[in-house]
Amino acid sequence: MAINTNIEETSPELERLKKLYADKGFVVTSINNLINWARTGSLHWMTFGLACCAVEMMHVGTPRYDVERFGAAPRASPRHADVLIVAGTLTNKMAAALRKAYDQMPEPRYVISMGSCANGGGYYHYSYSVVRGCDRIIPVDVYVPGCPPTAEGLLYGLLQLQKKIRREGNIKR
Amino acid sequence: MSEQIEMAKAAIEKNCRLNDIDVNLGQLQLSVDPANLIQVIDFVKNDPSCEFKQITDIAGVDFPENEKRFEVIYHFLSFGFNLRLRVKTQISEAESLPSITSIFPAANWFEREAFDMYGITFTDHPDLRRILTDYGFEGYPLRKDFPLTGNVEIRYEEIEKKIVYEPVKLQQDFRNFDIQSPWEGTKYLDKEAKESE
Repeated sequence: MAINTNIEETSPELERLKKLYADKGFVVTSINNLINWARTGSLHWMTFGLACCAVEMMHVGTPRYDVERFGAAPRASPRHADVLIVAGTLTNKMAAALRKAYDQMPEPRYVISMGSCANGGGYYHYSYSVVRGCDRIIPVDVYVPGCPPTAEGLLYGLLQLQKKIRREGNIKR
Repeated sequence: MSEQIEMAKAAIEKNCRLNDIDVNLGQLQLSVDPANLIQVIDFVKNDPSCEFKQITDIAGVDFPENEKRFEVIYHFLSFGFNLRLRVKTQISEAESLPSITSIFPAANWFEREAFDMYGITFTDHPDLRRILTDYGFEGYPLRKDFPLTGNVEIRYEEIEKKIVYEPVKLQQDFRNFDIQSPWEGTKYLDKEAKESE
């Protein structure tokens, strides 16, 4: 990548530029900050509702919790999505489909595992047909506990994901 | 409603070869041999005093200690007379039942489910394959001798880029907490209370 991604953000050079343009209607920032701002502000999620958790996921999208004020909207196709929310019990039969959906997502992609079942099998941990945690199939960024987690819980998980993206702060994932 | 039950009961008793007929909690219950199943079901569907025109469910039960291991229970509903009907039949593991899809097309998936869960086979079924369990699943999960956690578990293999099946390896064994209801208390506390008295 041609852009220097390791720029010193508090360099005197940058401070001088910031001062110069601050009251002239321009914002000076590093490309890293800009890209991370854009990324955290448009976390379109791929709805992977598998069970009752999906209902709470729907609540997050509706006006009461309104996750769209954080720039996130549900997308029907994994090819449009930035974050995959695994909401519910992942069964053996569904695992291949989940992996396929994940593989179709463009980079950078993130995964939120929602609820006890997706985190570690939960209530169905000892079942013959359930995957004991969706992290056996795909890498997970944020785990949201609960059975099911409240809509606020999932919203908090999404904010934690934004925080994580900001902290990582690199363009290439 | 009881008149209608009696009418239906009389008609079935007169025209069908049954092992047993019974009215339990206002619901008709028949016990039939697998050989007579088709005739009985055809009769209860089409007889004007029965009209059991809808099939609600087909259930299987496993009794490993019985010689005829599986019990298959057919549930029917009669809109015309507001009645429900249970038809029970027993088969052993080696036998198979006649499919009733020729009479009730809706029984197709119910029979597939019974086959999937118990390995009960139905002769003349148009498409008898698994319906609910994983592709390539082995064993019949609702049989009493099937282990709770099954035999395989899955994982995504990063090198081969595919999902692989492995024998089950549990971090912690299943624990059966044998604790009575907290409202009723436990047995050892009762014993201590009696001793202190």
